[in-house]
Amino acid sequence: MELQVSHLCKAYGGKSVLRDVSFSAGPGLTCITAPSGGGKTTLLRLVLGLEAPDSGTISGLEAARLSAVFQEDRLLANRDAAGNLRFVLGSAYRSEEAGALLERLGLSAADTKPVREYSGGMKRRLSLARALLAPFDLLALDEPFTGLDAENRRRAAACIRSYAQGKIVLLAAHAPEDAAEWKPQMVQLKNP
Amino acid sequence: MTSTTPETERRPFRFWAAVFWLLVWQAASMALKSWYPHGDLLLASPLATLRRLAELAVTAPFWAAAGRSAGHILAGFLLACALASALAALSARFERVRELLAPLVAVIKAVPVMSFIILAFLWVPTALLSMFIAGLMVFPPVYLNVLEGIRHTDPRLLEMARVFRVPPGRCLRGLYVPQVLPYFRSACSLALGLCWKSGVAAEVIGVIRGTLGEQLYNAKIYFETADLFAWTVTIVVLSAAFEKLFLRAVDALARKVGA
Repeated sequence: MELQVSHLCKAYGGKSVLRDVSFSAGPGLTCITAPSGGGKTTLLRLVLGLEAPDSGTISGLEAARLSAVFQEDRLLANRDAAGNLRFVLGSAYRSEEAGALLERLGLSAADTKPVREYSGGMKRRLSLARALLAPFDLLALDEPFTGLDAENRRRAAACIRSYAQGKIVLLAAHAPEDAAEWKPQMVQLKNP
Repeated sequence: MTSTTPETERRPFRFWAAVFWLLVWQAASMALKSWYPHGDLLLASPLATLRRLAELAVTAPFWAAAGRSAGHILAGFLLACALASALAALSARFERVRELLAPLVAVIKAVPVMSFIILAFLWVPTALLSMFIAGLMVFPPVYLNVLEGIRHTDPRLLEMARVFRVPPGRCLRGLYVPQVLPYFRSACSLALGLCWKSGVAAEVIGVIRGTLGEQLYNAKIYFETADLFAWTVTIVVLSAAFEKLFLRAVDALARKVGA
């Protein structure tokens, strides 16, 4: 499976955000870098099918299962960690697997407190766990390490590596050095 | 879950305030009786009302009337809730449905309930009059509030569900129901009072046999003021009891779904 992005353009209210973006991404990590407001989130939204491009095409994802860590955590605030994972996974939820991943990320599946009581970093790690446990062919990560300390960044990067073996991973990050060990393909978005 | 019930609603009034107004009622009734020989026909005292209520409460017609009225009015309430919620969901999904229903809802809200009762008296069988009118009064607040609740569902969570291909049933339980329940609860709190008032008014106008409305009508005809007050107290108690029970059930559901 290979993602093909060709001559992608997107503007909001006449202000161009992406102009003529082209790249292809196969299994492995593709790091998308750009200055703040440079279109990283917009590009991921287009790839996830949440918005349509003004022009250009995205192909190769016709039957792909998508997963994502969004720029915001997008968790169900009144449910606990397991409740959030169950919402996405349904009957595919396996408590042992979920518990093991949460533990690796420094969280606990036994923690029954609602997510609204979580710290920012805990929410971030739970949204990463949700993305990794959902079956996927392409994983879009929008600033997944925001709010994490060095130790948790290292843990999160290790989990992404082990869960995303052989999958397409798009990482939009200010600090791509967290994934440097992975020797990612780099896509630099130019100022439109 | 944090409670969806505001503090003012949980304790709508203090005991001392209720006692104060009962004393005012008793004093006013005694004063009328002392100024005018048939003063108790104008205002029955709380004690006379209570005495009459106790007499009525041990008779079969009392329970039959209460049961019949409650059955019709609550059936109207529940049917209207179901219809309003379903149409609100359709309106949220299809702009045209919302546009189509907007004038109808505005008319139901604006037209005096008495006009509807008189018209419905011509349209629907008498036995169904109170059910129809109660439902009609419940429809607008429930429809509008549920629609508002659906429209306030976090679009970012809906996008998340879309990316992860969460099935519609799970979206309904996990996203829409928790979002809509507080709106639905507040609409029901308002609508339950409305449906009892309008339903009993329809029974009075239609003089529907064996109902609370008919008893109120008879009390008026025969100038039985104590009866009028006793039946009114019965309606208030039934209305308050059902409101409490229903809202408690909604709160329990809200806790279950994490609203």
